[in-house]
Amino acid sequence: MKPLLIALWAITTREALRFAQQRSRFISALVRPLIWLVVFAAGFRAALGLSIIPPYQTYITYETYIVPGLCGMILLFNGMQSSLSLVYDREMGSMRLLLTSPLPRWWLLLCKILAGTVVSVLQCYAFLGIAAAMGITIPPMGYVYALPALVLGGVMLGALGVALSSLIRQLENFAGVMNFVIFPMFFMSSALYPLWRMAESSALLRDICAVNPFTHTVELIRFALYGQFNGMALLWTMLATMGFMVLALWGYDPGRGLLRRKG
Amino acid sequence: MTGQEGAGLEVSGLGFSYGARRALNDVSFAVTQGAFCALLGPNGAGKSTLFALMTRLFTTPEGQVAVMGHDMARAPRQALARIGVVFQQPTLDLDLSVRRNLRYFAALHGLAGREAERRIDAALERMGMAQRADEIARDLNGGHRRRTEIARALVHRPAVLLLDEPTVGLDAEARRAITAHVHGLCAEDGLTALWATHLTDEVWPDDRLVILHRGEVRADGIAREIIGDQSLTDRFLDLTGAST
Repeated sequence: MKPLLIALWAITTREALRFAQQRSRFISALVRPLIWLVVFAAGFRAALGLSIIPPYQTYITYETYIVPGLCGMILLFNGMQSSLSLVYDREMGSMRLLLTSPLPRWWLLLCKILAGTVVSVLQCYAFLGIAAAMGITIPPMGYVYALPALVLGGVMLGALGVALSSLIRQLENFAGVMNFVIFPMFFMSSALYPLWRMAESSALLRDICAVNPFTHTVELIRFALYGQFNGMALLWTMLATMGFMVLALWGYDPGRGLLRRKG
Repeated sequence: MTGQEGAGLEVSGLGFSYGARRALNDVSFAVTQGAFCALLGPNGAGKSTLFALMTRLFTTPEGQVAVMGHDMARAPRQALARIGVVFQQPTLDLDLSVRRNLRYFAALHGLAGREAERRIDAALERMGMAQRADEIARDLNGGHRRRTEIARALVHRPAVLLLDEPTVGLDAEARRAITAHVHGLCAEDGLTALWATHLTDEVWPDDRLVILHRGEVRADGIAREIIGDQSLTDRFLDLTGAST
């Protein structure tokens, strides 16, 4: 057990160190949701009326509504960022160092995902802190209850990132991930508008949003922030996490020859 | 446990294809413990494919790789624990110090604390890099980066060292120094080394030599005996029809 934990610690601290060295990455990771919170929400507030829906017990401002979705956005973008760095590591060769370790490959990939999650969750709390400073507050215990939800969401999206990185042959193909994964996942979810609002314009679109695992991650975070438990959201997020994990392991199976290079 | 008695590394009947293109065909050879074996082949001979199979970056149903008797397919963790690898592409984290690079690698092998530090110090000392332990990898020259990578590959005390064209991009002096260092590791520490190269001047007369061409073994034996009264370059060209 000890060697596994040593590797986990080393991979996590390396990821954190790398992140700390890239201040621009930290700033851009925070600026992105803040722009949505300040600019996008200002425009949308007038156009979009919100009724009282769980977990809220009173009318809320639009800014308050989108905070959990923007936490999800941080997790989503970070998951994809680690995917991008995995493709880069693979092209540069440093991925080989990891994959030739005698520790189980599933554990090494899980370490990578957990390391990325730690960085993502820290960013989420930095964002929640800035939102609180702007007057968008959450019940104090909500910050504590949200932790497991943020971790699970981070692991789910990190596993998706690892799975995608195994399918991307070259760094140049990464733009496709933006168009076909990040944008649809984010916009077809409950991050920016509740599903009942979506149903008003298209029942089909609402159904797509309802099966999108990102919707359930956002709802899990939303409910947790208000000290409530959403069993369905937890179940969906866990199922998706397991599915993405299996896909990631399959992607990095040596029998698949992901790292094949002609020599 | 499997394989030939006294073999540090044994490859038998290995075959591999990239789609329709055959990269390796029935490749077999064994390297005795403590021997330096040069794997000589022109570009495209299949050396990197062979290395990828020997390090389990990918697998094949054709043939077998055994490291110190541990079959790579059946006992990959035991086999991987006994090999140290120096890849053709540089794999140092350039933003970290030499010591931190080695510490990270040690952790990937489950080593930490005083034991890891002791081994790191010994590996750096062995490769003449102890004075540079705290330098950032980016500030090192090409030769020192390679030495750091070899030191890193020694931290977990492997029995077999695999080096895939480790002198690529280095000047003549650095190439000679690194070649001599690895020969020393075999002669003095009993390490088994497989050194892939396409440069004939890196092969010493008493080295074990395997010549690979178009995915097949064309010659296997002691370099001096394979060469005969020719130069190695001429013999290599005879066997491969390629230029070095």
